[in-house]
Amino acid sequence: MQKTYTIENLDCPNCAAELENALRDIKGINNVSISFLTQKLCIDFADDDEAVMKEVRRITNKIEPDCEITND
Amino acid sequence: MTKALKKRLYKIIIAGLLFFSALILPLPPKIYLAFLIIAYLVVGLDIIRKSARNIKNGRIFDENLLMTIATLAAFAIKQYPEAVAVMLFYEVGEFFQTYAVNRSRKSIASLMNIRPDYANVIKGEDVITTAPEKVALGDTILIRPGEKVPLDGIITKGASSLDTSALTGESLPRNVEKGDQIVSGCINQGGTLEVKVTSLFKDSTVAKILELVENASAKKASVENLITRFAKYYTPTVVFLALALAVIPPLCGYLDFETWLYRAITFLVISCPCALVISVPLSFFGGIGRASREGILVKGSVYLETLAKIRCLVFDKTGTLTYGKFEVEKIIPQEGDADSLLELAAYAEAHSSHPIAVSIKKRYGKRLKLSRLTGDVEEMPGLGVKAVVDGRIIHAGNAKLMKKLNLKTPKVSAAGSLVYVAADGKYLGYLLIADQIREDAKDAFASLNNLGIKQTVMLTGDRKQIAQNIADKLKISTIFAELLPADKVNHLETCLAQNPGQVAFIGDGINDAPSLARADIGIAMGGIGSDAAIEAADIVIMDDKLSKIAAAIKIARRTLFIAKENIIFALAVKFLVLGLGAFGEVSIWAAVFADVGVSVIAILNAIRV
Repeated sequence: MQKTYTIENLDCPNCAAELENALRDIKGINNVSISFLTQKLCIDFADDDEAVMKEVRRITNKIEPDCEITND
Repeated sequence: MTKALKKRLYKIIIAGLLFFSALILPLPPKIYLAFLIIAYLVVGLDIIRKSARNIKNGRIFDENLLMTIATLAAFAIKQYPEAVAVMLFYEVGEFFQTYAVNRSRKSIASLMNIRPDYANVIKGEDVITTAPEKVALGDTILIRPGEKVPLDGIITKGASSLDTSALTGESLPRNVEKGDQIVSGCINQGGTLEVKVTSLFKDSTVAKILELVENASAKKASVENLITRFAKYYTPTVVFLALALAVIPPLCGYLDFETWLYRAITFLVISCPCALVISVPLSFFGGIGRASREGILVKGSVYLETLAKIRCLVFDKTGTLTYGKFEVEKIIPQEGDADSLLELAAYAEAHSSHPIAVSIKKRYGKRLKLSRLTGDVEEMPGLGVKAVVDGRIIHAGNAKLMKKLNLKTPKVSAAGSLVYVAADGKYLGYLLIADQIREDAKDAFASLNNLGIKQTVMLTGDRKQIAQNIADKLKISTIFAELLPADKVNHLETCLAQNPGQVAFIGDGINDAPSLARADIGIAMGGIGSDAAIEAADIVIMDDKLSKIAAAIKIARRTLFIAKENIIFALAVKFLVLGLGAFGEVSIWAAVFADVGVSVIAILNAIRV
């Protein structure tokens, strides 16, 4: 199941790529794509998205503390 | 300008003032130094902090670290103004970058300004304003002049003109009246309309388009990925090279440590990869934005990349090269007059909904009095139809039918479908029915040829003669006619095998979904109102203009060209200055301006797509 979120305050495309790689390793996620320019975080969930999203937020907060993820 | 960006600008101004007053004013040494250190902290503290945080998170090598090491090292060798200048101009570059990105974002956001905010639902005497998501199928909505059409539907009352430019890029307003189908996202320019809703918001045209554009970034071009991968190895390499530069030559006894440290700092300053990393995605973003302004929706930057390389175009005929609407072109009676021949044909086909039958009835124009049909109507599959009209037995159908009736028919060599009519076993004449080639098809093919497209192929289920006629008019190099739907995919496979990675399929999306998906690039025509097309294709041309194909290819090639130009330009300048810096030919000052300059030029280049 694919869902799109808005992700704000990313510094640069490089940071977006780093975050993307980190999120891809989370269990329960098939694929992740972050677009720095459209500020979109697109996640293809394998499992229940609620629990996985919690982990996504935790990792994001660790790597890019300034980032905010909001539901579309 | 956003709040965060404004804050950055203020910091740059404050630091800049302190920096220049320290350089210009005759200050005592201690105050001079204090000015510089304060200026440094104002712009640099955030960067040092970020660098520390990233190191803690295991992301050691990034541009923040490059800047931190370079400036702290400059302080260590007492190059105070240089240290401040590096930080200050790095921030100026970053500020400019963010500003350019925000502007780009805004331009695409305004393109996406088609999302309707509300709908006016008519409930009895009342008009209730509600969210478009809450409107049910079959509800009647009211659209006032100046309002957006919130949902797809059919006009039940009123007439107006609609501005479809946000969807199609077409600036000419479209006139609509009662009975017309209208799509969400258009703007009502004229009178008040009452519209019966035919799809829920989530299935509406506007929702599909928004979804498509928002997910566009999910599919990145390989150049984009290449650059991010490149940055991953580039930064650590540069840091170690700088370290080696600072340590090895003085250990070997060649010049003193301070000279080499100065050169290492220069090296670090110029090596900052930001210009490269930002300008490539920005170019693609600009390309996608440019295309959508022309009513061409691209699902991801990867498709722009592929489109730029296309050498073979495969077209579906009906509905793509032609309007897909049959019209009676000629009525040739053997005896009697044309009108009565048309009338008999129309009555014989009265119950048929076949496109050819529909075109005959449309040409006849008058209402059919079904009481004139006495007796049964017999459909004869693959032949035609038999009906009794005013007591006469009428046969209407193809040449095979006439042959079966042992009737002689004239030889006709025209492109189109022929409907022969016979009454009581006597041949009366024929009607020629043909699909029309799109108005702009000829120009479109001419401009495609100019773009160096190697091969154009037409696939059709229609007769060979009709196909050949169109191919000759449009100068299409290869045709495959009389195909079944499955054959189309097979022929496409052959093209794919001959031109790997370079084949685009162009169809109207209704029954071409497998081919659209199979081709390297699927281009759907007339995206408005066809959900299947939007889903299966990689690129959707919102209006029906064939000329947009050439336009899309041009935009794709330009985008790719600019992206490559930026990569080459940025790398060339960096390597040149890196080399010179290592031999002490470049000062820190020159390195700072080279770095910021390259960033600014690359960004300006990227947003000109």
